[in-house]
Amino acid sequence: MKQKTFLISGFIASLFLAGVVSFYASSSPDGLEKVAEDIGFIETAKENTNSDGVLADYGVKGVENARLSTGAAGVIGVIATGAISTGLFFLIRRKPGGIK
Amino acid sequence: MHIPDGFINLPTSGAFAVVAAAGVAISIRGAKSSLDEKTAPLAGLTATFIFAVQMLNFPVAAGTSGHLLGAALAAVLIGPYAATLAITIVLILQALLFADGGLSALGLSIFNMSIIAVWFGYGVFLLVKKIAPKKKVSISIAAAIAALLSVPAAAAGFVLQYAIGANATFSVSAVLTAMLGTHLLIGIGEALITFFAVGAVLASRSDLVYGYKNQVSQLEIRANK
Repeated sequence: MKQKTFLISGFIASLFLAGVVSFYASSSPDGLEKVAEDIGFIETAKENTNSDGVLADYGVKGVENARLSTGAAGVIGVIATGAISTGLFFLIRRKPGGIK
Repeated sequence: MHIPDGFINLPTSGAFAVVAAAGVAISIRGAKSSLDEKTAPLAGLTATFIFAVQMLNFPVAAGTSGHLLGAALAAVLIGPYAATLAITIVLILQALLFADGGLSALGLSIFNMSIIAVWFGYGVFLLVKKIAPKKKVSISIAAAIAALLSVPAAAAGFVLQYAIGANATFSVSAVLTAMLGTHLLIGIGEALITFFAVGAVLASRSDLVYGYKNQVSQLEIRANK
């Protein structure tokens, strides 16, 4: 498979998982949260400083439809992660023909 | 396993943030040699894929869910240094954009997931790869075993932080037992996802897989002797 085809397929798969499949994810507390609830130290958790953010808790503020809200947040997250991480990895990569 | 603000006191969180920052700085230097024109985009894709799959919580036991951590997956695909950076980027974006994980706890989470889980997972991967038959499928199996154990390893990191600086006073041994048990279960899901994801990349572009490439180049060196 060509590198470009490979990268594009991986990106589309990520968009699909975060944009569509994410709606079906379990909403039960995760491992740490459950342990904190069972043992009791969940009481010490503070509200997240960004909990009023536009994308807080993987939903777009103001979008009523849950499927749309989660999906859009996922798509934004995938694009943001893709752009920022690829940019940073390119910045620190070994430059071709570099003397170092 | 994204730690919210408040579980661990600020001095402890600050100390782990310093350690995490040092780990990230070392990883930036270390990743340079494994990242080139071909592998830098794969590293970006790995971070992106991990972000996406981390949204997919799967049920593990009554009333509990887990999701991929991706540390072992990333370490095998792009090498441990780049993996530390990939998971760190995901954790920072999750905290900043999605309010997932507290900002004051970011150093704690980066320490557990980007450093412990990645390096412990990579160590297990190398060990299993060494004793397994020299086949392509062994790479996926070694990655899956690494994934299985990397999750309780990260959970143990949290227990260490809890023991040092919890704001609550519940017994450490109770937290240890509960964290390891729950996260070993989550590790099974982690192992399955990692097995198939590594297998898919090996099937389409095995030349890009760091943990596989390494083996090929070692064999070449031996052949030249």
